[in-house]
Amino acid sequence: MRLLVTLLLLLVPVLGVWTFWTAEENGWWMPETVTTYGPDIDFLFYLILWMVAVFFVLTEGLLVWFFFKYSKKDDSKGVFSHGNHKLELLWTVVPGILLLVIAFTQMETWAEIKYRGNLPKSEPIAHVWASQFDWRVQYPGADGEFGTWDDVESPHLFVVPSGEDVVFILHSRDVLHSFFVPEFRLKQDAVPGMAIPMWFNVNKALREEGLDPKDPDSEDKEAIRLYDLICAELCGWGHYKMAGRMEVRSREKFDEWMAEQQANVMSNDKEDQS
Amino acid sequence: MSVPPIPSEGSAAASEGLNPRAPEGQRKGLGADGTVYIEHDHHELSFLRKYIFSVDHKMIGLQFMFTGLVMLGLGGALAMAIRWQLAWPWTEVPVIGELLFPATGGAMSPEFYTMLFTMHGTIMIFFVIIPMLTGAFGNFLIPLMIGAPDMAFPRLNMIGYWAMVPGLFFAIASFFVEGGAAAAGWTAYPPLSTITTAAPGSMTGQTYWLLALTFSGVSSMAGAVNYATTVVKMRAPGMTLMRMPLTIWSLFISALLQLFALPVLTAVSIEQILDRVAGTGFFTPTNLVVNQMNPEMAGEAAGGQPLLWQHLFWFYSHPAVYIMVVPAMGMASDILATHARKPIFGYKPMAYSMMSIAGLGFIVWGHHMFASGMNPALGMTFMVSTILIALPSAIKVFNWLGTLWGARIQMTSAMLNAIAFVSLFIIGGLSGIWMAATPVDIYIHDTYIIVAHFHYVVFGGTMFAIWAGIYHWFPKMFGRIMDERLGKIHFVGSFIFANCTFYMMHQIGLAGLMRRTADPYAYEVYAHLQPLNEFISISAFCLFFWQGFFVFNFFWSIYKGQRVGRNPWKGTTLEWDAPSPPGHGNFDRELKVYHGPYEYASPLVEEDYLMQTRKVD
Ligand code: HEM
Ligand SMILES: [Cu+2]
Ligand SMILES: [Cu+2]
Repeated sequence: MRLLVTLLLLLVPVLGVWTFWTAEENGWWMPETVTTYGPDIDFLFYLILWMVAVFFVLTEGLLVWFFFKYSKKDDSKGVFSHGNHKLELLWTVVPGILLLVIAFTQMETWAEIKYRGNLPKSEPIAHVWASQFDWRVQYPGADGEFGTWDDVESPHLFVVPSGEDVVFILHSRDVLHSFFVPEFRLKQDAVPGMAIPMWFNVNKALREEGLDPKDPDSEDKEAIRLYDLICAELCGWGHYKMAGRMEVRSREKFDEWMAEQQANVMSNDKEDQS
Repeated sequence: MSVPPIPSEGSAAASEGLNPRAPEGQRKGLGADGTVYIEHDHHELSFLRKYIFSVDHKMIGLQFMFTGLVMLGLGGALAMAIRWQLAWPWTEVPVIGELLFPATGGAMSPEFYTMLFTMHGTIMIFFVIIPMLTGAFGNFLIPLMIGAPDMAFPRLNMIGYWAMVPGLFFAIASFFVEGGAAAAGWTAYPPLSTITTAAPGSMTGQTYWLLALTFSGVSSMAGAVNYATTVVKMRAPGMTLMRMPLTIWSLFISALLQLFALPVLTAVSIEQILDRVAGTGFFTPTNLVVNQMNPEMAGEAAGGQPLLWQHLFWFYSHPAVYIMVVPAMGMASDILATHARKPIFGYKPMAYSMMSIAGLGFIVWGHHMFASGMNPALGMTFMVSTILIALPSAIKVFNWLGTLWGARIQMTSAMLNAIAFVSLFIIGGLSGIWMAATPVDIYIHDTYIIVAHFHYVVFGGTMFAIWAGIYHWFPKMFGRIMDERLGKIHFVGSFIFANCTFYMMHQIGLAGLMRRTADPYAYEVYAHLQPLNEFISISAFCLFFWQGFFVFNFFWSIYKGQRVGRNPWKGTTLEWDAPSPPGHGNFDRELKVYHGPYEYASPLVEEDYLMQTRKVD
């Protein structure tokens, strides 16, 4: 029994670390990020992962060791100790400092992504409307203004240009939803009654494999990339299938698509009038 | 040693709860040194007064425990249905499928899935974990461990149990009302929960859900008033605050948490009920269009704020997650010290860290709302307070390890479960740091990492501590000991399967899968997670059925377990001074406390334990 329990306790850190170690090749890991701030989030994730891993192995290791060592049959008395002041100080101050380090390193990235004051100055490209159980994206028409007769409405598909700051406004028509694109490392609840401005900049989408990611000239300008837009907040029975699509295009391709859509709206409108 | 020796274990006097020494007249009123005695009348109580409407804290504790265990079975069964759907969506559910869903050939509907996880979470939190920790252990242990004859308000205590019963009724009955049970998650976020057309569960089920919560709140409140008063006013002479066992500290602290936080939950639940039935508009904003219908046109009020609910709900529910783990920490500490035959390492840091967890627990609720649309600057402050709250938890882990260092570990089932508590709580505690870090939380919020995290705390932590507590205090409850062999079999399987079930949820969450999803494979990118989900589900089924060993052991031992005397584990705290099981009024002699609660391996005495009541010259 003693050996069995020791083994079980030992398997926790061993298999625990092993799963994380091999997770990426098994596909049990975050998808590669494509936005400008994605790598910052990933860096913070790994920073915490490493710190946590050290404490995980240390504490679980001590637990295994102590269990194994002190569960031997022994009729003498255990150590009569009520604690140790220095040790307490040590394991209060060291984790305390590390936790503060963690806290402070997060702040900049959080502020960059979410603070209103740090929103890129560009005009919103679209209003995104969530409702049970779909996404609708509203672009301005040729007049460049929202809420006029020539607005372009795109169901389920959110087309954006790559390599530039994209600002959009998130709304909900009915209940809570959440705008989640895993590759963008972006998630924000859509709240009825609120208009929440968001931004991202997809700067890696158009880089084909084999091309040098650091060389902007090597971008394949023709590629169009699709990502899943996922609803991450419970919104009713259809929550699981409230899927949208993010389509990332180069600026030219984006403009092309936009012009096409605007022309569609125009011709539909003419048909309506005739 | 001036105190008369304790009647020897198993002696007739001990098992009948009689005091052979005290003359009849001295049993009431104040003892010489201020101990409160209540009369040890031996008039026979009717069955009704003894087992149903009992005012004895021990019986009420057992009532909470049996109710909690039955509800654990129900909540667990709901989890099994959840797991079936996640591994093999839209296929025939075994056993119950044809009965419940004849129209679809036995496959569940997505609506039903939303009810499943909502009611699983609700039942587990409000009708299993909280009643088990505070209701069962709180009731049973507080008077016994501080040397009191009963709770301060025995009648209120009885009301506390019976207030929970209508709650249970509403929770279970909600499955059978029009539209079915509540389906807005255990967090009941409006407007999904307030607009009747937004989800089938929001028709009538949600109102039942809110009533269930309100009654369970009344129950918790009655308990909390009682526990706090009892701890403050009814400690035996010599039982100073700093001589209280950590279990008592933890139960005291969670009673205070309940006292301060619960009124808020009760108030918002009533507000949500009013929104739903009386046409108020606390949480429903203006101009919604739900199912092509404008609720305002249909007569529902508007002008409210969905985020208001989130703030107020989490103002209660974050402290509540500490209510669900702090008593487990306390119990695990006592069990570790007893079966390690060693004083707890750093008693004061242990007590202070629980206090600071409780204190900080009131200023971290916003960490559930980083993605909610709350002002991001506010998110920053909630991040800092949340990261800081990891510190007292870390201190506790180190002190538990310190307790094991140089110990003489007794490999009892209670001890193994307590060690598992430490091992698994570490995982849940560490993964919490990611969630606290706002930028990282942007990615992992509402994914399966969250599900992994809180199950490590609440299943890996609290459930294992509850098992440890049952193995440990069972002799005091029933005068018999649970079978150790079955206990160990139960432990080994539970430990393996719990880890297999919950660890892999981290991986699924990292891959980005969101929680509360009825069909993970609706997204192509998650199709490759199916084998992993199957593995998790099979582990979960094994975990569930493995509990058969526990259930059998529990009931078998009540009737057939080996009889034991007062102090089978050679513990030091006061409950081991009472007969097993203690009679009405608990103690059969006057108690005076001379020592701290963890004098194991003390050099002052020959034995390796020095009871709190034993005077050493
Ligand atoms: C028998 C072992 C258990 C299994 C296999 C299990 C499984 C699950 C699963 C798979 C979910 C996620 C549902 C979803 O997001 O779609 C879940 C949710 C949840 N579980 Fe458990 N669980 C177990 C025990 C417990 C216990 C003991 C508690 C105690 C508090 C608990 C509390 C919760 C809560 C609060 C939720 C969230 C519900 C919601 O999203 O509204 N579970 N459980
Ligand atoms: Cu949704
Ligand atoms: Cu919280």
